[in-house]
Amino acid sequence: MIERRPVANFFSHAVLILGVAIVAFPLYLAIVASTQSQEQIAASNPLSLIPGSHALETYRLALFGGQNSRGSTFPPALPMMWVSLVTAMVIAIGKIIISLLSAFAIVYFRFPAKGLVFWMIFVTLMLPVEVRIGPTYAVVSDLGMLNSYAGLTIPLIASATATFLFRQFFLTVPDELVEAARMDGASPMRFFWDVLLPLSKTSIAALFVIQFIYGWNQYLWPLLVTTNENMYPVVLGIKRLIAGEAYTEWNVVMATAILAMLPPALVVILMQKWFVKGLVDTEK
Amino acid sequence: MASIKLNNVTKSYGHGAKALQVIHGVTSAIADHEFIVIVGPSGCGKSTLLRMVAGLEEITGGEISIGGRVVNALEPAERDIAMVFQNYALYPHMSVFDNMAYGLKIKKVPAEEIKQRVAKAAGILELGKYLERKPRELSGGQRQRVAMGRAIVRQPQVFLFDEPLSNLDAKLRVQTRLEIQKLHRELGITSLFVTHDQVEAMTLAQRMIVMNAGRMEQFGTPEEVYNRPATTFVASFMGSPPMNLLRHAPNADFGGKPGAILGIRPEHLQIGATGWAVQVDTLEMLGAERLVYCRMGDEFLIVRTDESLSSAPDIGATIHVAPRHDRLHWFDAETGKRLP
Repeated sequence: MIERRPVANFFSHAVLILGVAIVAFPLYLAIVASTQSQEQIAASNPLSLIPGSHALETYRLALFGGQNSRGSTFPPALPMMWVSLVTAMVIAIGKIIISLLSAFAIVYFRFPAKGLVFWMIFVTLMLPVEVRIGPTYAVVSDLGMLNSYAGLTIPLIASATATFLFRQFFLTVPDELVEAARMDGASPMRFFWDVLLPLSKTSIAALFVIQFIYGWNQYLWPLLVTTNENMYPVVLGIKRLIAGEAYTEWNVVMATAILAMLPPALVVILMQKWFVKGLVDTEK
Repeated sequence: MASIKLNNVTKSYGHGAKALQVIHGVTSAIADHEFIVIVGPSGCGKSTLLRMVAGLEEITGGEISIGGRVVNALEPAERDIAMVFQNYALYPHMSVFDNMAYGLKIKKVPAEEIKQRVAKAAGILELGKYLERKPRELSGGQRQRVAMGRAIVRQPQVFLFDEPLSNLDAKLRVQTRLEIQKLHRELGITSLFVTHDQVEAMTLAQRMIVMNAGRMEQFGTPEEVYNRPATTFVASFMGSPPMNLLRHAPNADFGGKPGAILGIRPEHLQIGATGWAVQVDTLEMLGAERLVYCRMGDEFLIVRTDESLSSAPDIGATIHVAPRHDRLHWFDAETGKRLP
């Protein structure tokens, strides 16, 4: 805003603060709850908004598992976070590789039924995982991929969105660049590797952030294909803590939730610069 | 270094009845070391012709040979040529050095030699200071020189230029034009230069190909093209202002050729006491000269006069203009071809 208008200024700040409060309050509540002991949570109604002093033992319990003073046992979150990390990384990187290559084929090569291929990829945009979950499960189970990283990741790797994004980006790369590379004697894959890939860096970074979070937050699919506790991602783990037949230890649940939130937040913060660049940059 | 031969080269897009032919049988022989400019209005097929020589467009019919070797089926990189693109087509993420070295790296030229060649090209083009910069950190003229440097380091048999000056401002264009000329004198590499700008064509060309609608209208030195245009198209395209073409000239005055078109350049018309009676339409003052736009019956006529002509004619006045009899051009009214 160029003009100084105190009323408008006040109003816009009020809206922003309200927005932040709405988004941040539940988060704050989770953090507070994770620092209090189970007894404190059970006793206070409503929940106290002042952080307690049991953070260390709660987080240790959440991370490494074990028994608390009242004898309830907790599965450790650390191995589950490892499963989540591997899954999210494989999904994000796999998606990027596959869609880069398919977009490259669609934009730069002439082959029979090219239009049909593109539209087939495009149509899958309209079919979310949930729609094709039945048949996909049957295939994965027939191939014996239940309870494995392959089963957790491969069905989620193919991505029409990412292919489309890269296609749009490749279309903006000037044709003369391809021609210059041809004059220089670069083979198609050489052109892809030396020219196209470096130019796509920012788009790749943006896509990595989006797809990492997508992979990390998968819930329904892991729920179907994993029955072995060793293969549970952390998002399932939270649910398991709540579903316990006995008493729900909310402090541990909240601690696990906070822990599960950290890696995606870290990815966003670390890649923020690239992420924004990738979404808005048009510099070629 | 090599000669280039075009033998009845044609190009069409599409197949069968719907095919659109854009190049209609161009034949010409370009000698070693020559600087050839291909000039014509936009859409005349000049860039397409160049791209066919480059190998970026397939050749529908005919044959192109470079240095005695038919190149129809060869990839661009195998033709031993280098091209400067209109938008330079520099790799944006590579430094100036890498841009120039990329083709050599692919050819697996030893690193030491790459360095030498790039340094030499950078020296010729005065790019030494900028080797570490990215293209976006350079001005338009510098980018243009990098594009030329990329062509030079390959030490090709033929240079191809696709309107390389059209993205530069007027001053830089003149300067770069001179640099290209100098470069050609030094390296002596056979060059094909495409442009729509007739001044560029006149100043750069040793010989020029004038194209129109996919056909070669004339192939000759700038003097030939200017002084003896082969068709009415060439006559009106080369020269600014264009040649006057009079369909109903009082031919009898000049031992006339009945029904023919009379061409006369504006500078070969003289305002005086005798000659055709014409009416002044508009005046344009260009500094060193003045253009007088006249009307004679239903035909228009441009006269170029020295500025020293102290009294400019009034608009609407009737004046007399006399053509120089040794500078008349006759063209066939049907075909537009020059009559001997």
